[in-house]
Amino acid sequence: MLEPADRQRFERLILPHQDAAFNLARWLLRSRADAEDVTQDALVRAFRFIAGFHGTDARTWLLQIVRNACYSWLEKNRRADLTTEFDETVHLQTQGQATQTPEAAAVASNERERLMRALESLPARSREVLVLRELEGCSYKEIATITSIPIGTVMSTLARGRDGLKRLLRPASGTDAGGKEVHRDV
Amino acid sequence: MTCEISQALLHGYLDGELDPIRAEEFERHLESCSPCIAQLEEQESLRASLRAAKLYERAPAGLAKKIQRQIANTETESDYQWTWVPIFRWIAASAVIVLLMAITYFGAQRILSGKPGVEQTAMMSEVIDAHVRSLQPGHLTDVLSTDQHTVKPWFNGKLDYVPPVKDLAENGFPLVGGRLDVLDGRSVAVLVYGRRKHYISVFVWPAAANDSAIPATGTRNGFQWNYSRAHGMEFCAISDVSATDLHDLAELLQE
Repeated sequence: MLEPADRQRFERLILPHQDAAFNLARWLLRSRADAEDVTQDALVRAFRFIAGFHGTDARTWLLQIVRNACYSWLEKNRRADLTTEFDETVHLQTQGQATQTPEAAAVASNERERLMRALESLPARSREVLVLRELEGCSYKEIATITSIPIGTVMSTLARGRDGLKRLLRPASGTDAGGKEVHRDV
Repeated sequence: MTCEISQALLHGYLDGELDPIRAEEFERHLESCSPCIAQLEEQESLRASLRAAKLYERAPAGLAKKIQRQIANTETESDYQWTWVPIFRWIAASAVIVLLMAITYFGAQRILSGKPGVEQTAMMSEVIDAHVRSLQPGHLTDVLSTDQHTVKPWFNGKLDYVPPVKDLAENGFPLVGGRLDVLDGRSVAVLVYGRRKHYISVFVWPAAANDSAIPATGTRNGFQWNYSRAHGMEFCAISDVSATDLHDLAELLQE
């Protein structure tokens, strides 16, 4: 049964981590709109379970719930996302878009777009570990808890994810107009 | 340390997640391995560009409000409607049930007897016992007569009141006789009526000022009784006949 104290606890411990929750959902779902819905549901769920939270790391606890919510959502709405090993279409699209961007556009913005597409084209499992490490600044132990994988696997998944990012980014480092054909060998 | 092993450790080193001993081992390896140095530099530069790209996406401004609103709704819906209210409802319902039971119990006692249940039970036990005793051979009647004009005078001098004695043979309740019994410490008249092969004892005594200790009707150990008041007398008919028969007799006695 929920008590007024639970609500206070939720607002004090959990709600401040809404950005972390949204960021993870956004990268797992690759959509801001879907991320907003799933994050909202996940936080409401977290509120229902708040009485069962006795730990000290509220962010890790919340991110576990968010991650599970995201995978359930993908399972239901976009199953393919969970099986795709390397999303080449996303990557090639990126290159196309990148070449269409006017030269006048800020180079930083172009670079951000490129990195974003590269990260999004990684498999979900690598992507979430990278997001948790590079964007959220989680420790290996925290990542292991959130994703329910051993610490050793966290490290090897990170290695794979980073190598993948590097491969995706390397050929596009130039501002060539060759487009798709140039990047076929990626 | 081979380069293959160090490749796996490189990321741990990059992230500062290696324990001091392994970190030191890795640093020693780096001194003599230029590919690993290059790889580390590449990774550091990738990390720098990831940071520079500011890929972190914050929650939309209105999300917290939406969550709080939904939680408020959840509280009203699931808590107050489905959890709290039913608890109060249950408490209220239980209270009403207890109250009704109490009213029924005490009210029934008050209406039917006006005396505490213990005395009521004791008095009714006496009636039943007396009736049972009377059914033993030779105890049914002290005066054996179907003639009411024989039975009625028989009580003269034995009681300080005159019980109404009627022969109800026409109505299916032939008078068998009468006897004296003791009820609640005093002698009372008992009229015995027949009903097919059954006997009915009708205890008759002057009505007390207060209400009787006997419920209007009841049953115990297979015996039925019917209590009534009429003409300044109290009647308690008891038998193993049906409640309907007893009721009919009681009505006839009150006429």
